[in-house]
Amino acid sequence: MKKLESSLKNMALALTGFSVVAGALLGWVNDVTAEPIAQANAKTLSDAIAVVVPGFDNNPAEAPEVIEVNGASYKIYKATKGGKFVGAAVESSSNGFGGALTVLVGFDPEGNIIDYSLLSHAETPGLGSKAADWFKKGAKGDITGKNPGEQPLVVSKDGGQIDAITASTITTRAFLLAVNNAYAAYKNQNVDSTTGATQQAAPADSTQVETNN
Amino acid sequence: MANKFIVSLSPHVHSGDSVQKNMYGVIIALIPALLVSFYMFGLGAVIVTLTSVIACLFFEWAITKFILKREHSTIMDGSAALTGLLLAFNLPSNLPLWIIVIGALVAIGIGKMTFGGLGCNPFNPALVGRIFLLISFPVQMTSWPVVGQLTSYTDAETAATPLALMKMAVHGDTAALSQLPDTMTLFLGNNPGCIGEVSALALLIGLAYMLWKKIISWHIPVSILVTVFVFSGLMHLANPEAYASPFVHLFTGGLMLGAIFMATDYVTSPMTHKGMVIYGIAIGFLTVVIRQFGAYPEGMSFAIFIMNAFTPLINTYCKPKRFGEVVKK
Amino acid sequence: MNNFKVLMNGIVKENPTFVLLLGMCPTLGTTSSAINGMGMGLATMFVLICSNVVISLIKNLVPDMVRIPIFVVVIASFVTLLQMLMQAYVPALYATLGLFIPLIVVNCILLGRAEAFAAKNNPLSSFFDGLGMGLGFTIALTLLGGVREFLGTGKIFNLAVMPEEYGMLIFVLAPGAFIVLGYLIAIVNRLKKA
Repeated sequence: MKKLESSLKNMALALTGFSVVAGALLGWVNDVTAEPIAQANAKTLSDAIAVVVPGFDNNPAEAPEVIEVNGASYKIYKATKGGKFVGAAVESSSNGFGGALTVLVGFDPEGNIIDYSLLSHAETPGLGSKAADWFKKGAKGDITGKNPGEQPLVVSKDGGQIDAITASTITTRAFLLAVNNAYAAYKNQNVDSTTGATQQAAPADSTQVETNN
Repeated sequence: MANKFIVSLSPHVHSGDSVQKNMYGVIIALIPALLVSFYMFGLGAVIVTLTSVIACLFFEWAITKFILKREHSTIMDGSAALTGLLLAFNLPSNLPLWIIVIGALVAIGIGKMTFGGLGCNPFNPALVGRIFLLISFPVQMTSWPVVGQLTSYTDAETAATPLALMKMAVHGDTAALSQLPDTMTLFLGNNPGCIGEVSALALLIGLAYMLWKKIISWHIPVSILVTVFVFSGLMHLANPEAYASPFVHLFTGGLMLGAIFMATDYVTSPMTHKGMVIYGIAIGFLTVVIRQFGAYPEGMSFAIFIMNAFTPLINTYCKPKRFGEVVKK
Repeated sequence: MNNFKVLMNGIVKENPTFVLLLGMCPTLGTTSSAINGMGMGLATMFVLICSNVVISLIKNLVPDMVRIPIFVVVIASFVTLLQMLMQAYVPALYATLGLFIPLIVVNCILLGRAEAFAAKNNPLSSFFDGLGMGLGFTIALTLLGGVREFLGTGKIFNLAVMPEEYGMLIFVLAPGAFIVLGYLIAIVNRLKKA
């Protein structure tokens, strides 16, 4: 076959033709993959929640409750098993050394920390970025099983009980603040939704929520 | 053929300056700061300095001999020893030996020899080593021993440096600035930090010596220090709670060391006086910006590094006037 | 031309990373570990083979003056396709490479091979050219990622070979990519001379 000449008609036809074919192909693939992509995205979030609050059978990722305390908003993903409340994952953020630090903390119904997951951060690589594992079970700054309601989490340097990440006290403070705030937000929510009680506990708790300027 | 008659190209008049003379001049100027570091950090400073210098000399010798296969060894021209000394000055005194050796290998190998040896390197070799270590081993490189522990090495107790406190203040810790030592203490060097950077006084003595011996000109150090002072002063006036005073900026961290000994490296700084001032102002500005807003506490080394990269550009636009050129009317 | 020769040309003689220095953005950006480098290399190889074959098939339908826009449409379509497929079926790999997948579109290797090879040769040779270039790119990226991962974290393909505290963090970060790439190119040049 001879090569098409670069006449105006040929060029217009070729461009239109290839665009239409490419567009149709992409449209079809988009249609096919839309469902799996949505599922994959939902799975990423529910996997993150499953890490911090294990053992639920509902889908906490689909309806987070957003509450605002002192201008900061917190997303609460409630987990239930057989209709019974087993805990919640709370998304909370604060200002770290390099910028915003977002953490997903899992609490059991009593308010004990089950686990956490660092969602995003801008901390110094090798220093503050260690927060991703530093506070996990068995690590140096273990916070699992602790209840910020009984005693707010504070760095040992500031008279608390949590060991700071080596050479990254600022990151540690920011992280613990995010966890404490998550707890306060969770507690407000918890009181409201499970017992239906009026917000008796709320004023006392909301004072724990400090904004980090 | 005992008396060879050598005909060479110009220049024929020589001032007697040589690479050796200048390198050893800088090393002499570093002696006051070296003595202060031994006094403040004791054994640790001695170990770090010796390791760094010996490792730099060794790598210089090994690379010229076995990889470049050059006949003349350059280890006696003093530049490798100076690199080793400056690298050591930029390290905390409790750094383990193997990290220092890696730093020396990077400084000499990557920073200098890769580009062809002395005079061909675009970046200050000691800074290459320091920045490499700072990014690679941030924990070890930012745990500073408290001064006065003369007999301890890697087991020394550590504390936050004034720069870390300044960073906390920027991030909203209003009490941090009040924990800063007073300006006089900082000036004399009684605070945690890299071994060579703590005493502004000793470094200034070195500056005076180098100016007297005409090893460097005043343009780079003065323009850096003035810029840092003015810029940090303006920020301090705007919000004294978050931004430390300009005196603190001047006397903490590697500012003095960087402005006097690192930024003035012949190979990597601009050639004309006008170029030097532009270079100095940019370094001063970048240092304060990185100190206040960057992810790392100290910005001096990064600022010099960035401006090293701009040096060829500055040289292009600040050419010296040619003799014999017609004056434009 | 002999197809085997075409294949080897991409891997050794005109290796896109070490010799042609094409596609530096994904090369430097994605190679923080051996597995990431390999994933990026394979993704690029997939697009390269598809676009090479298709362009070679349609080369006579494309008027010369508008060939570049049409090549770009073909390449971009395959990249978008790949992106959607990865997002749907391998979300874990997509999470690490996601940012760089759209950048395959502007990877010079693709347009370069389309222009230099596929537009002049038959589909079978173009397939082998795509395979060779893709393999060359994959090998280079895996090597770069492997060296960086080993020096930076003491692991290779996530298997620990050295205690992690000896890892030099800089190699996992951006500056390490430049340093390692520079030295690998130097070593490759040295070996080619010998």
